[in-house]
Amino acid sequence: MSEATTTTASNAASSAPKAAARTTGATIELENLTKRYPGSSEPAVDSVNMEIKAGELVIFVGPSGCGKSTTLKMINRLIEPTSGRIRIDGEDVTDMDPVKLRRKIGYAIQSSGLFPHMTVAQNIALVPKMIGWPTAKIKDRVEEMLDLVGLDPGEFRGRYPRQLSGGQQQRVGVARALAADPPVLLMDEPFGAVDPITRDHLQDELIRLQHELHKTIVFVTHDFDEAIKLGDRIAVLRERSHIAQFDTPEAILTNPADDFVSGFVGAGAALKRLNLTRVRDVEVRDYPTVTVDDPLQEIFNKLRDGTTSELLLLDKRGRPYKWLRRGDLMRARGSLARAGTLVHDTVTRDATLRDALEAVLTESAGRVAVTGRRGEYTGVVDMETLMNSVHELLEQDRLDAIEHQHDLQDQRAEQTHRAQEGEGAGYGEDAS
Amino acid sequence: MNFWDYLGSRHEQLLMDAFQHASAVFQCMVVATVLGVLIGIVTYRSEWAGNLATLTTSTLLTIPSLALIGLLIPIVGLGVPPTVIALTLYGLLPIVRNAIVGLRGVDPALVDAAKGIGMSRTARLFKVELPLAWPPILTGIRVSTQMLMGIAAIAAYASGPGLGNEIFRGIGSLGSKNALNQVLAGTLGIVVLALLFDAAYVLIGRLTISRGIRV
Repeated sequence: MSEATTTTASNAASSAPKAAARTTGATIELENLTKRYPGSSEPAVDSVNMEIKAGELVIFVGPSGCGKSTTLKMINRLIEPTSGRIRIDGEDVTDMDPVKLRRKIGYAIQSSGLFPHMTVAQNIALVPKMIGWPTAKIKDRVEEMLDLVGLDPGEFRGRYPRQLSGGQQQRVGVARALAADPPVLLMDEPFGAVDPITRDHLQDELIRLQHELHKTIVFVTHDFDEAIKLGDRIAVLRERSHIAQFDTPEAILTNPADDFVSGFVGAGAALKRLNLTRVRDVEVRDYPTVTVDDPLQEIFNKLRDGTTSELLLLDKRGRPYKWLRRGDLMRARGSLARAGTLVHDTVTRDATLRDALEAVLTESAGRVAVTGRRGEYTGVVDMETLMNSVHELLEQDRLDAIEHQHDLQDQRAEQTHRAQEGEGAGYGEDAS
Repeated sequence: MNFWDYLGSRHEQLLMDAFQHASAVFQCMVVATVLGVLIGIVTYRSEWAGNLATLTTSTLLTIPSLALIGLLIPIVGLGVPPTVIALTLYGLLPIVRNAIVGLRGVDPALVDAAKGIGMSRTARLFKVELPLAWPPILTGIRVSTQMLMGIAAIAAYASGPGLGNEIFRGIGSLGSKNALNQVLAGTLGIVVLALLFDAAYVLIGRLTISRGIRV
């Protein structure tokens, strides 16, 4: 057993070091974690092995009843594992006092789980109070947490949960989970009960929060799009919490491990992949431009030069204004105000490739202007660039995924081998 | 002698009886509440234990009060003891039943959340479950009190304290000129006491039920 532990640990070490210096999260290791309910022959969760790096946001995604929630609840031992070990930051917590353990792990659930008879402030103050913070510090912390989740402390501190909207309740739920600054945060379908628009906002919030806090977050959902949007890595689970694939969203989208995963990814994987790359990551081309202040003759000459059949006309502040084609000026009898087609849509460097594609499709001639922070022109993305970059991305993803899959197969082979040798008595029946 | 003259001439005796009546009901209610909530806490988690508690207390309630007090006299004697025992037993049912229903009615997701953020079993009970189950428990206490007000009158049969003495005296001397006045005074006294207690419960409710769950 000890030999096996060291090999898996060194695997983790080789892939972990890029975790940011400001990381406040802790590693989580699950080893042969199994839950067997009395009276049922099949275990609900069967020998899960997983390593989660510090500061990583990992998503458990899978169909209902696959044991993803059970697995999550075993991490803070709301459900006691039948066998296996849980290590947080290297420390074995499988046998420690569960009440103490849970105070070090934030926990946010669907429909917020706020206590309706306590005010927002009282709800947030619960864990700090339990671990004995002084009153003044708790008060400051409550304000800080409300600020963090984007609620005005003065307005919301004294409210009761029923006086909040679903989205606000969920924010307070997250604030409560983070109040005592736990290194690990467990979220069990936290955004499952809010409307799609609010859910979208909450997801953006969570991404922002995680950017600031670098917690280790384990997040359970059955919504694959949510998984792609939020996850650093996604564990696709099938029945009994067997890990079908545990990889980055990119790898899962472009190279699903098997039919189960591709079924779960659903249609449009390539389109979903576009959401994961930003315009700044692809080649933005220069485009011939003129400004409205340029003399007409110069614009004529440029168009007649023959190097290009189209110009981008910028307004006085350098923002894309009109697309000018050869002949447009003639037809408009030399009036810039009447010539050309107006620029409908622009994208920023932060836009996803999917947004860019959308814009390219709506702009008439298959290209879209990229703008900077104040809307000024910085370049152009066209259909060809998009297609080339997407192909490159997909190819790269595929290579990465194949590599990962080899690793995973090696691990499985090793596990089976160990099981056959009889070292892991708990999963003997898996060996066949 | 009309009713008002009667009240005027006997007001000391009547106030004494009313005070004893109220005090007996109040003390028995305190005991019944403590016992009832405890029984609720001990039994609500288990299906059969909870049902057993409800069944036992409701069976108790079907025993006629006169018979119960009569049965208690040979065991504990006359006066205060049979009164207190009978009142406490009768007061249990609504409290036990509402405590069990209230505690079982707490959203399991909230209990899960309480556990998940690291509350101990005791903290969960006192900070989450009982406060949330408190409104139905208080309703049970109110119902119990109303009931005990009437039952306490029977206690006079076992020479117990309270306004029942007026009523029994009146019934015992039917035909005499004050008989009706005595029965009337005892009955109205009990009604007035019951209303006063109810007002007190409304106040207690305002003070003890969190604004977040008040309907």
